[in-house]
Amino acid sequence: MNSLIRSTARCMRSGAAVCLLRPADGLVRAASARFLCAAADLQKDLGEMVKKDKVVVFMKGTPAQPMCGFSNAVVQILRMHGVDQYVSYNVLEDQELREGVKVFSNWPTVPQVYFNGEFVGGCDILLQMHQNGDLVDELKKLGIRSALLDAEKESK
Amino acid sequence: MLPSVSRCTRPICLSVARPLAHLRPPMDPDPSRPVETTIRTKLTEKFKPDHLEVHNESHMHAVPPGSESHFRVLVVSSQFVGLPLIQRHRRVNEALKEELSSCVHALAIQAKTPEQWGVDPALGKSPSCMGGSKNDRTVEEKLKAGRE
Repeated sequence: MNSLIRSTARCMRSGAAVCLLRPADGLVRAASARFLCAAADLQKDLGEMVKKDKVVVFMKGTPAQPMCGFSNAVVQILRMHGVDQYVSYNVLEDQELREGVKVFSNWPTVPQVYFNGEFVGGCDILLQMHQNGDLVDELKKLGIRSALLDAEKESK
Repeated sequence: MLPSVSRCTRPICLSVARPLAHLRPPMDPDPSRPVETTIRTKLTEKFKPDHLEVHNESHMHAVPPGSESHFRVLVVSSQFVGLPLIQRHRRVNEALKEELSSCVHALAIQAKTPEQWGVDPALGKSPSCMGGSKNDRTVEEKLKAGRE
């Protein structure tokens, strides 16, 4: 009985669509329903998580220690603009979050950047926004003055 | 000894091949690169591009040699006119939905209009890998899906 319960918990945590157990049908249906409930809860939580700060980043690793070149690029770009304080979530620590954010954003890859609760894009988009000047404008809309404006001012 | 030799030879091959790439005729499907071929086919069918580049960048990441898990695509199409970047990228993601949910772990996208490409005909460069794919179970699963 104990091994049955442990297996059910593992099934729900991993979010596996196929339960490894072969118990009575009632238990399988209950496990699937609980999994769907947990997934729905995460989607609801994500709706709140992306509004926790003006800038929210889902990435691999942390801003202090990125674990992916694309995630690092996002951190570096934000840093160049003087954006060092923001909420970030390390998807490598939480597989459910990693899959859940892809569903939430309808975006297949990480990193993912949110400004004021609105999905901006991944590394490519942030880079292009940085290169074409749009990022300075978007940060301004958030009430954040890009450090590059000050750097530009000093050079004149 | 052997792994370091293979790392030395690969960049040299690329730097010779790249300048001549635009002179070669369109590439025939390569049976040894099924994912790359599929990506090329799908993007061509969907966007009727003026210019298309599909680069397998898996060798730049912590995955086994010969993997087809990390790609960079450059799509130049008039279908992008008037579309913001996010919409362009979403359309590319949608075209490659099946690959992204199975074997492709990372996809770098440049989506330009013909005018934008004319002004700046440059392929972007991916940042250095920081080893995120190493010991990443989901990448292992994706590589397995690609081989099957």
